[in-house]
Parts: sequence; structure tokens; C-alpha cells
Amino acid sequence: MNAVAQYNFAYLDEQTKRMIRRAILKAIAIPGYQVPFSSREMPMPYGWGTGGVQVTASIIGPDDVLKVIDQGADDTTNAVSIRAFFAKVAQVATTTHTAEATIIQTRHRIPEKKLGAGQILVYQVPIPEPLRFLEPRETETRKMHALEEYGLMHVKLYEDIARHGRIATTYAYPVKVEGRYVMDPSPTPKFDNPKMHMSEALQLFGAGREHRIYAVPPHTQVVSLDFEDHPFAIQHFEQPCALCGAEQVYLDEVILDDQGGHMYVCSDTDNCEERRAAGHVGTLGVAQEAAE
Amino acid sequence: MSQDMSMQEPLLKVDNLTKYYGSRLGCADVSFELWPGEVLAIVGESGSGKTTLLNSLSATLEPTSGQTHYRMRDGAWRNIYDLSEAERRFLVRTDWGFVHQNPADGLRMTVSAGANVGERLMAVGDRHYGHIRETALDWLGRVEIAADRIDDQPRSFSGGMRQRLQIARNLVTGPRLVFMDEPTGGLDVSVQARLLDLLRGLVGELGLAAIVVTHDLAVARLLSHRMMVMKDGHVIEAGLTDRVLDDPREPYTQLLVSSILQV
Repeated sequence: MNAVAQYNFAYLDEQTKRMIRRAILKAIAIPGYQVPFSSREMPMPYGWGTGGVQVTASIIGPDDVLKVIDQGADDTTNAVSIRAFFAKVAQVATTTHTAEATIIQTRHRIPEKKLGAGQILVYQVPIPEPLRFLEPRETETRKMHALEEYGLMHVKLYEDIARHGRIATTYAYPVKVEGRYVMDPSPTPKFDNPKMHMSEALQLFGAGREHRIYAVPPHTQVVSLDFEDHPFAIQHFEQPCALCGAEQVYLDEVILDDQGGHMYVCSDTDNCEERRAAGHVGTLGVAQEAAE
Repeated sequence: MSQDMSMQEPLLKVDNLTKYYGSRLGCADVSFELWPGEVLAIVGESGSGKTTLLNSLSATLEPTSGQTHYRMRDGAWRNIYDLSEAERRFLVRTDWGFVHQNPADGLRMTVSAGANVGERLMAVGDRHYGHIRETALDWLGRVEIAADRIDDQPRSFSGGMRQRLQIARNLVTGPRLVFMDEPTGGLDVSVQARLLDLLRGLVGELGLAAIVVTHDLAVARLLSHRMMVMKDGHVIEAGLTDRVLDDPREPYTQLLVSSILQV
């Protein structure tokens, strides 16, 4: 018998997990609808993914394999510490490989590799209300959702075009889920919006500070809002990834020196590593065998 | 032909409308009919129940008793207090307009003038940017706001421009009934005169019915066909504007008319 006090499996107590699972089930039943839940204090500050962590803690089981990414990367602070957190409090297996993971908690990216049935993507959401910056009153935005009054969302897009000549919103790009609720897909780049549409994986969104959970079940329509004469378009990059030569992926700019030198590399580190292991080399990359 | 038929019926019928705030009276037993294209002024001093009446008529407040029936676009009469919230909000943003005394209450101050005018269009499903912008430009022109101000926020507008923008924003969906609460309050006289001129032109041109609440008898004289004088929550005198102002019957109305400053 171990005398040292242990955390309950996955940190949260069973009653809390039960409450959160109920909210998740309701969210899945009404795609895109923001379900209030009684968010708990977590051992990390708001803004670090307290909502996502609570969702993950409620759905994770001993057999699950967890992957955590932060802006696509497995090796940044947020990803490393959340992964370590669950390795400690739930003793689950962790991985950086998208295909092996059963639960992927993400901060603002969807992995490049297509997700399959049985996988769950958990988003960390700072502000779940897509109408918030146009309508500050919660009572009013709830009413607008209830009555499907979404003209205001287009006012935001109109402002973009009036100011910039095109829809300049590049992240947290509003979507309509299953033809009913307008949803904020968390601050993922709009590049990832098409991946949400008809995804085989279950997508769960947790906003800890704002006490909201919402969901997109598998095989659900997720349509980005736009105008007839200004259709939705994702970002395009002029050059492929400098390390692995991948095209049609989301790239990050990395500053190399103070002379203006920079390179574009895959935001999804796992995808980049796999490609390099398979022998793909970009303009600034080094072939794997040579490096070893 | 159908146009003629619809002009032969009132647009709004109000029966014994009464509003109490707890035990305090807001307005009592107000009944009248409003016809298409008619402008009705509600005048009276501060605290006489004008705004309470206007808010009750526009379904912003629920009255304690009484009914207001409105003839919808399909010709059916509906009690506006029986409408579901969805129906009422749809009515308010398509067939009605509400011009607030303070333009900041009726405008979105943080989005451009064009988006302010276009919001109602987008709310009823217009999804073509070019069309929305064209309509916004047209309406800004009609309320005499320069086309190059379309991308400016109303924060940078003068009081008179804001009020004109608010009017454009309300009229863009072609409403049949507009409520106005002191539309010229807080504006200086020359700007007031210009706004009144504009309003009179638009009301005549579009065949709008309007209910205008004002404490300013000059506004009532210029804009309205008929007027109601309120005191302590009751309508004490009603009739054609010229008749009421030239030949007031009630002592209170006589007092009101005689207290206009002559320059």
C-alpha cells in the first residue's frame, strides 16, 4: 500500500468529471452550441488551456494515448507541461505522433495529417463567443444565438473588406455548424477551417475562464462565413517548408539572424519530422542520414 | 390596386393602453389609430408619459393592460404583445424603425457608417458585399452624408451627422412605421432645421407612418399631421396639428402653446 497521497485519476474528482462529461454530451447533441459548465480552478493560469485540460481530464482513460500541441509544435512550453501533467496525474502513454494519438489537445492548430474515426481533438478556447467584440452583452448574444440572428457576424466581415479590401480575419474565423449555430473555432488559423468540415474525428472545445464547452461531432458540416462576391479562402504560402519541402501546409516564419534572414518551416512539427524521416528535404534542410 | 386597398385601412390600432410602474402611473387609457403615411406627434412636458407610451407602442416595454394591433405586410392584424420574441425582433428590424434621442443608443459606434447602414440588410440575409455597399452609399447620399465618410466610424461624426446616419440605418429596409424619440433633441437650431427638412422630405417621399415624441412644439408643427397632448399619463387633447396649435381647447394645451418663446 502506497502511503503517499495520490491525486485522483486525471486530477479532477469523479463528480467534477461527471459534470463535465454531461456538458460534453449536451454539446455533442447540439453541434456548435455553447454549453455552460462549472469550470474548476486548475493548477495553471487561465489562458494556459484550463478549459482544454478539464475536457481532456474528463474524457481520458488509462488506455488512451495523449498528444499535446501548441501552435502545431509538440515541444513548446505549453505542450510539454500539459503532456507532463497528464503523464503524472493519469499515468497515460503520451506521443508526438498524430496517427498514434487517441486524444490530441491543441492550442490553435489542427494537425496536418487527416484525423480518423476514434480520435478526439480537444481545443483550448480563450473566448468562445464569436459575437463578443461586436456585442458585449452576454444576455444579448445568447438571444441572438437562440433566434439565429447572425447578421452581426457579417458586419465584422463587411468591416474587414471596407478597411482592407478583402476579408482580413486570419484566425478565429467564424463558422456555421450544421447550418445552425455560428461558432468561434478558437484562434486557429483559417487555414485549418476546412479540416473541421466533415471531420471523422470528434472535436471538443473547452473555455475554462468563460465556463463554456462546445463540440463538433464527426461528419458535421462546418462552413466558413463569407460574402457571395468575397468568398472564403485560406492562406497560401509562396514557398514550401524550408526543412522538409512540404507544400499545402501551414508554415511559421522563423527569424534566423539580425540581417533580415528568415525561413518558413512547418508549424506542425510532427508532420515535418515524419516527412524528413521519409527522405524529403527542403532548401535549408539537411538529409537525415547525413545529419546522423 | 392592392396599394390603394392597404391605404384604406389603419396601420396601427391602440386600445386602452395602460402602463404602471408598480403603483406609479406611466400612461393610462391611450387609444388611437395610425394610418399609413401619417405622422403623429406626442407632445407634453417631461414626465408626462410620452416616452413610456412610445416604448409600449414599440414593444420595448410590456404594458400593464391594453392592446396594440399592427397590420403586418401580409395584411394580417396581430397584437404585438402576442408575437413571439423572434417575430417581434424580426418586425422591429425590418418593418419598423426606432430613432433614439441619443444616436449612440441606436448606432454601433465602433463600426463604420457603411456597416451601420448595411447591418439591417445583412440581418435579413443579404450576403453580397457590393450590393450592401451600393445601398449604403445611396442612403448616405439621401441623408446628406458625403460618400467619402462611408468607412469612418460614427464616433468621428458630428451630432447632426450621427442623427442622420441613425435615420439612414433605420430606413434602409423600407420600414412602414418609424418611432422617433426626440429626434432633434440636443441639436442646435440650424442643424435641427436641416434634420427636420430632411425628415419631412423622406417621410413624404417614402410614405412612412411615424410616431414622434417631442417636447418641442415647433417640431410637431413642422413634421406631424396629427398630435396628442399628454399630461400626467393621460391624453388630454388630440386632433389635427394645426387645429391643436392654433385653437387649443384644454387649459394645459393653451398654457403649453403660449409658453413658446417668441424671438
